[in-house]
Amino acid sequence: MEFGPIWRAALRNKTGPVLMALQIALTLAVIVNAVFIITQRIDNITRPTGMDVENIVTVQSFGFGDDFSLAQSVDEDIAALQAIPGVVAVTSSQHVPLSGSGWGTQLKTSTEAGAAEVSGAQYFVNADALDALGVQLESGRAFTPEDVDFPEHYGVPISQIIVTRAYLDALFPDGGATAGATLYDNLGNPITVIGVLEQMHGAWVGWDELENVLLAPRVMPAKSIYYIVRAEPGQRDRVMPQVEETLLATNDRRVVKSLRTHSEIKDSSYMGDRGMAVLLAVVVGLMVVVTGVGIVGLASFAVRQRIKQIGTRRAVGARRRDIVRYFLVENFMTTTVGVGLGAVLTLAVNYWMVVSFELERLDPLYVPAGILALWLLGILAVAGPAKKAASISPAIATRTV
Amino acid sequence: MFSYYLRLAGRSLLATPAMTSLMVATIALGIGIFMAAVTIYYLMGNDPIPHKSDVLYAVQLDSWDPAQPYREDLPEQAPWELTYRDAMALRESDIPLRHAAMHKVSLVIQPAREDLKPFQTEARLTDGDFFGLFDIPFIYGSAWTREADETGQRLVVISASTNDQLFGDADSTGRILRINDEDFTVVGVTEDWSPVPKFYDVNNGAFDESEQIFIPSGVGRELELFSSGNTNCWKDEDINSFEEFLGSECAWWQYWVELPTQAQRDAYQAFVDAYVGEQKSLGRFGRPLNNRITPVHEWLEVRQVVRDDNKVLIGIAFLFLVVCLFNIVGLMLSKFLGKAPQIGIRRALGASRGAVFRQQLMEVGTLGAAGGVAGLGLAWLALKGIQVLFPGFEHLARLDPTLVGIAIASSVLTTIAAGLYPAWRVCRVPPGAYLRL
Repeated sequence: MEFGPIWRAALRNKTGPVLMALQIALTLAVIVNAVFIITQRIDNITRPTGMDVENIVTVQSFGFGDDFSLAQSVDEDIAALQAIPGVVAVTSSQHVPLSGSGWGTQLKTSTEAGAAEVSGAQYFVNADALDALGVQLESGRAFTPEDVDFPEHYGVPISQIIVTRAYLDALFPDGGATAGATLYDNLGNPITVIGVLEQMHGAWVGWDELENVLLAPRVMPAKSIYYIVRAEPGQRDRVMPQVEETLLATNDRRVVKSLRTHSEIKDSSYMGDRGMAVLLAVVVGLMVVVTGVGIVGLASFAVRQRIKQIGTRRAVGARRRDIVRYFLVENFMTTTVGVGLGAVLTLAVNYWMVVSFELERLDPLYVPAGILALWLLGILAVAGPAKKAASISPAIATRTV
Repeated sequence: MFSYYLRLAGRSLLATPAMTSLMVATIALGIGIFMAAVTIYYLMGNDPIPHKSDVLYAVQLDSWDPAQPYREDLPEQAPWELTYRDAMALRESDIPLRHAAMHKVSLVIQPAREDLKPFQTEARLTDGDFFGLFDIPFIYGSAWTREADETGQRLVVISASTNDQLFGDADSTGRILRINDEDFTVVGVTEDWSPVPKFYDVNNGAFDESEQIFIPSGVGRELELFSSGNTNCWKDEDINSFEEFLGSECAWWQYWVELPTQAQRDAYQAFVDAYVGEQKSLGRFGRPLNNRITPVHEWLEVRQVVRDDNKVLIGIAFLFLVVCLFNIVGLMLSKFLGKAPQIGIRRALGASRGAVFRQQLMEVGTLGAAGGVAGLGLAWLALKGIQVLFPGFEHLARLDPTLVGIAIASSVLTTIAAGLYPAWRVCRVPPGAYLRL
C-alpha cells in the first residue's frame, strides 16, 4: 500500500492531521480513564452484600417519656411484626447495615500488650437476626432468645458474638479459625465466637474493611432502635405499610420514622458511586460523538480541498476504491499517531489521579481496548467523506479552479 | 465598523447553517459540561459565612491515644471533636468575643396542636453564644443566657419555619414546647439559617440542612442526651453511667470561637496550650502538644468538604472542553478556507490583512457568544440531571448569576482563542490566487 506517499502528502499540510491526532490523543486519555473508573464503581455497587437486601424493610422507633421501656417494647414489637403475614423474620438492631451510620469496634486475639486490634462494624441484634438479614451461617450456631440481654448501661461487656469469615481471617491471618475461637475486647474481657457468617457487609460502603462485621445478641439501653423485617420474596411492598401500622398500634409512646426498603438505603449509600458512573458515562458518550463528528468535519474539509487532485488521480486511472483507500489509510495513520500520543497521555492522567486522589492504578489492558475503539471510530467517521471523494468525477481535472 | 463586521459575521454564519449549528453545538457542549462541573465545585467550596469567615475558628485539642494519631492517614491532625470536659473547660476563657460548644442531638417533639403527631428531629445542643457567633438574626425574642447553659434550663430557640409549623407564625416566645416529655419554654425565634456547606459541623454530611431547633448545652447533662452525630473513643475505659461518659476521653463536641484580632488569636492559642499543659501534668494528653485553631475556609479544606470525585470530574470536563475546542479549530479552518475566494476578492479590493483578521475574529466571537448561551442551557439541563442523580443535594446544583457571566465570557474567550489560528491562516491567503477566473 502507498503508506509512504500518503504520509509525505500529509506532512505537506500538517494542520488538519495534527489537530485530529491531538483530539484523538485527548479522547483516548479521557475515555480510557473514565471507563476504568466507571467499571470500578459498577463493581462496587454490584458486589454481593451477603444479605437479602431486596426483601428487607427497615424502620426506626423513638420512644419518649420516662415510662417508656425499650426492653419491654422490643419483645412486643418483634412479636407483633412477626405476626404480619408474609414476614419471614424480624430483628431489632442498633443500626442498619449499608446505611452509613454504625458502631465501630475493635477486638483482639489475646490480652497481651501490643496484640493487634482489628476493627469491624458491630450490630446489636435480636435472636432471629440471621434470618431477618438473610445471611448464611458457615459454621457454629445462630442466636437463641436466651442469648439476648438487655443491659442497663452501655459498658456491660458482651460474651458471645457471631462474626463474618472476613473478620475472623483478619484477626487470625494464618487462617483456620472457626466457631469456638475466643476474642478479647479492649478491657480484656473474653468473647466467644459462637458462629461464623459466610459474608455480610457492614455500615460504611466506602470503607476498605466493609466485610468486617460482628453481631452481638443485645438490646442497648437507648430509646431509639431499628427493626429489620425480612419479607417473603415478592411480599416486601405489601408488608411495608403494615410495619408502620403495627408499630403505632402496639405502642403510641413513640415516633415511628424512616420506614424504608433496604434497597433504598443501599442505593442512597452508593449514590456517589452511581452518580459518578452516570456522569462519566455521559461525558464519554458525548466525547465519542464530538470526536467522531470532528473527524467527519476535517475529512470533508480535506476532500473539498483536494477535489482537483482527486479528479486528476481518477483521470489518470485510479479506481474509486483507490480513492476510498487513500482516505482510510490517511485517517488510520493519523489515528495511530493520535493513539500513540494518547496512550502516554492516558497513563499521565491516571498517574495524576492516583497521586492526587488515591484512585486505583489503571489496568493496562484498558489502553489497547481504547485504541481499538478509536481506530474503529476513525474508520467509521471517515467512511462517509471518503465515499464522497470517490464520487468526484474525473472530468473535474479538465477544469481550472 | 463594529456593527458592519457584526453584520458580515451574521451573514457568513447564516450562509452555512449546518456548519454554524455544528460549531455552536460543539462549543455549547464543551462549555455546558464544564460549567456544570464548575458550578458544583464552586457551590461545594462556597464560603458559607463570608462576612465572618476570617474571624471564626474551629478548635481542636489533641487528646487522642498516645500510641497512635487520630487519623493514620493524617498524622499531623488532632481529633475533629473535643471531649465534654475539655469543651466545658474552654468555655471558662474570656478571650474570645463569643464561643460555643455544640453537638447534634436527636429529640422527640410533641406539638401542642392536636393535628400534629409527635415527631423526631435532629436538633442542636449548644451555648447561647451560638446565634451571635454565626450571626443568626432573631425575629422574636433572643438567645438564652450563659446561666441557662450552666444550669441546663429547659429553654428552646426555634427557626421561623419550625415556628410556623408548631405555632402558626405567631410570636411564640414564652409558650411551652414539649420535648422528650419535658416542658421547654420558647425564648426566641430565628430566621431560617442553613449555611452551605454546613461548616460548623461537617461530620455527618457537610451539605446537610442545618438543625431548626436549639437547646442549651446544660440540658444534655440533665436529660442524659448523647450526640446523634459522631462519638469517637480511644481509651480502654469502663463506662457505666452517663456521668462516667461525660468524664471519659470520648470526643463528641464541636467547638467554635470568634477571635476578631490577631492578638486575640495569639492569646487564645496561648490559653489553650496552657490548659493542655496543665492537663498533661494531671496525666492526660499523652500526645505531643497539637492544639489547632483553624479559620473557616481552612477548616473546610482540612475536612475535605469538596470531594475528590468532584475534582476528577472538573479535570475530565476540562479535557472534554479542550477536545471540543480542537474540534472547533478544525471546523473553523475548513469554514474559513472555504471562504478563501471571497476573502481574496476583499483583499484585492483593498482590505488590509488586519481588517480581514478582525472580521474573522468578529465571526468567531459571535459563534462563541451563541455557544455560551446555548451552553448555559445545556449546563442547566445537566444540573437538572445531576439533581435527579443526587437527591438531597439539589441546593448544590443550581446556576449562580456570577457563573452565568463566567460561562458566557469563557465561551467567547476560548472560542476566540480557538479561532486565532484559522483567522490568521485565512488572512494570509494570497489575493491573486482567487482573481484568475
